[in-house]
Amino acid sequence: MVVTSYLALSAILFSIGLYGVLTKRNAVIVLFCIELMLNAANINFVAFSKFGLFPDLAGHIFTLFTITIAAAEAALGIAILIALYRHVETAEADQFKSLKG
Amino acid sequence: MEANLALLIPLFPVIAFLLLIFGRKAFCKKMAAAVGVAATFASFALSTWVLVAGETITWKVPWLQIGNQTVSLSIEIGSLQMLMLFIVSVVSMLVHLYSYGYMKHDDRIQVFYAYLALFTFSMFSLVMSSNLLWIYIFWELVGVCSFLLIGFWYFKPEARDAARKAFVVTRIGDVGFFIAICLAFWHAGSFEVSDLQAVVESGQLTPGLITLLAVLIFVGAIGKSGQFPLHTWLPNAMEGPTPVSALIHAATMVAAGVYLVANLFFLFQASPFAMDLVAYVGGFTAIFAATIGLAQYDIKRVLAYSTVSQLGYMMLALGSAGYVAGVFHLFTHAFFKALLFLGAGAVIVLLSHEQDIRKMGGLWKSHRQLGIWFLAGCLSIAGIPPFSGFFSKDEILLSTYLDGRIDLFVIGIIAAFFTAFYMFRLFFMVFAGEARGPKADSKVPVVMMVPIVILGLFSVFSGFANASPMHLLTAWLSKGNDYTAATGHAPVWLPVLVVTVSLVGIGLAYLYFGSRKWSTSKVVQTVPRLHKLVFNKYYVDELYHYAFVLPAKGIGWFLYGVDRFVVGGLAYLTAWIAQFIGRIGSRIQNGQAQTYALVSVIGFVLLIVGLTAGRFLK
Repeated sequence: MVVTSYLALSAILFSIGLYGVLTKRNAVIVLFCIELMLNAANINFVAFSKFGLFPDLAGHIFTLFTITIAAAEAALGIAILIALYRHVETAEADQFKSLKG
Repeated sequence: MEANLALLIPLFPVIAFLLLIFGRKAFCKKMAAAVGVAATFASFALSTWVLVAGETITWKVPWLQIGNQTVSLSIEIGSLQMLMLFIVSVVSMLVHLYSYGYMKHDDRIQVFYAYLALFTFSMFSLVMSSNLLWIYIFWELVGVCSFLLIGFWYFKPEARDAARKAFVVTRIGDVGFFIAICLAFWHAGSFEVSDLQAVVESGQLTPGLITLLAVLIFVGAIGKSGQFPLHTWLPNAMEGPTPVSALIHAATMVAAGVYLVANLFFLFQASPFAMDLVAYVGGFTAIFAATIGLAQYDIKRVLAYSTVSQLGYMMLALGSAGYVAGVFHLFTHAFFKALLFLGAGAVIVLLSHEQDIRKMGGLWKSHRQLGIWFLAGCLSIAGIPPFSGFFSKDEILLSTYLDGRIDLFVIGIIAAFFTAFYMFRLFFMVFAGEARGPKADSKVPVVMMVPIVILGLFSVFSGFANASPMHLLTAWLSKGNDYTAATGHAPVWLPVLVVTVSLVGIGLAYLYFGSRKWSTSKVVQTVPRLHKLVFNKYYVDELYHYAFVLPAKGIGWFLYGVDRFVVGGLAYLTAWIAQFIGRIGSRIQNGQAQTYALVSVIGFVLLIVGLTAGRFLK
């Protein structure tokens, strides 16, 4: 099956992203890793829209939406990060702990 | 019309109380005294008018509706009540006047007068009520006033303890009285004294029930009137200011027990056992307290035990069917005991608050007038004719004799001897010889001397109220009842015997304490144990301490432990569990977003694994 290799690529990409989100200390890299995970999902969409049981263009359109939203989200994320950096003078994710109970 | 005027008698003191308690900052000392004296004088004038008019006053309004029963607020002022109103108003008025001299330097004199006025109001109302429930209410109210006034100098620990003791010990008696009231309502269906009397006289109640009622009421009287075994509070009550001792703990409130027995005399008459009990408790108390009085050194303690003893005499008289004798002694005793207390108060003030009679002496030379009136009081209580105590004590012993209880008669005679002895021991130690302590340079203020003189005149002459051959009081009190059926004629030797015994007592007291020819230390050396026993008041206080107070305290400690460790422990445990869970929760909330994400991932993985495994397990 052709679709399997796409899914494998997507899964690998998602896992790398997840690993980065969970382990990296730099908040910018965490943000990038989230992008990786989003793109893994995009690959899934595209693969199923071509090789799925009912292939149509909906998957492509969703992917375009996702890319747009991901761009907006990246801009927002970076903006928040910069604001945070100004506030606490660091970009280390484990230093943002004001939620501690 | 008359009824309405009589209603004003307790109204004046209660107005004075309200004025003084709310305006205690506004009144100066003189004004406060003036308000108190004016109110009691108004009551005195009305009481005298009621006494002179001499017509039974009844008044009744419905108060509570309980089912079919109406509890009313009712007043009946018969002969006995008129006499009591007169006694209370006279003594109260004079004590109000005297207090201005005695309490001049006290900053809280306004409050003192307020309490005195409240007491006077309660005592008037107690006497006027003819409804057991109302009697009980005012009975408790005079108890509260007594508590407040004994503890008036609350900064003295002894005064605080004494107030508490008085309150608790009298409460024991009051429980008996309360049960009696409940029983009376249950069986007679009414709180009215007249209804109860009708039921008792028509024979609707069983003799056992009547005895039970009488005994329970007598328990209340024992508490209030300081009879054995509940007498211990009265000597301690002397920690209060002396005018209070004169008014409450000598003349009026402690006589309330005697009054109650006299007021419900029909109940006691219907039960031979109750009469026996009253007579024997009274007789025993009379001699018991008199012997304690022999060995006390505090001037007020001696008078306190003397009061207990004289109240015992009154009970003895009532128990021996001597209704008139008991009431008569209440009447004369109120005057001469108030006189003695006010005299003692004057002595205490002169000697800058010294109360130990071993440190007194020689006042006869410097304060002749006070000495004369104090002597009048002593002669009166010792029963020397023509002083008032002679007549009343003579009647008591006569009624005991006529009642045929020779043992009680002998006890009465011996107690009379002791009475004469300890009173003159007191008199000689205070007035004879040389000064042995602080010097008395000042004079007794007029405001204190006037009440003493008036009470002195009453002590000298009030005995003639029932002197033979007129027996005015007997005729007066027997109006509308048949309580005096038992009176007979006195054997000639009886008054002679009483006077001789008293004179012997006085003579002995003179030899020991007046001329000091004989020494008391020899007596103490021959019977050291006995002296110690009497000096320590037969260890009754200690006995109660070990028998009742300590076990009660033990139970208290035990319950405190249960509360602290069992109940409190459970409460603490609950709080600790909640706190523990909270702490775990807060540990998880470490603020690391990545940790939260990890936990979510783990949860998601577990969910997926679970779902997948679930499918395979099917």
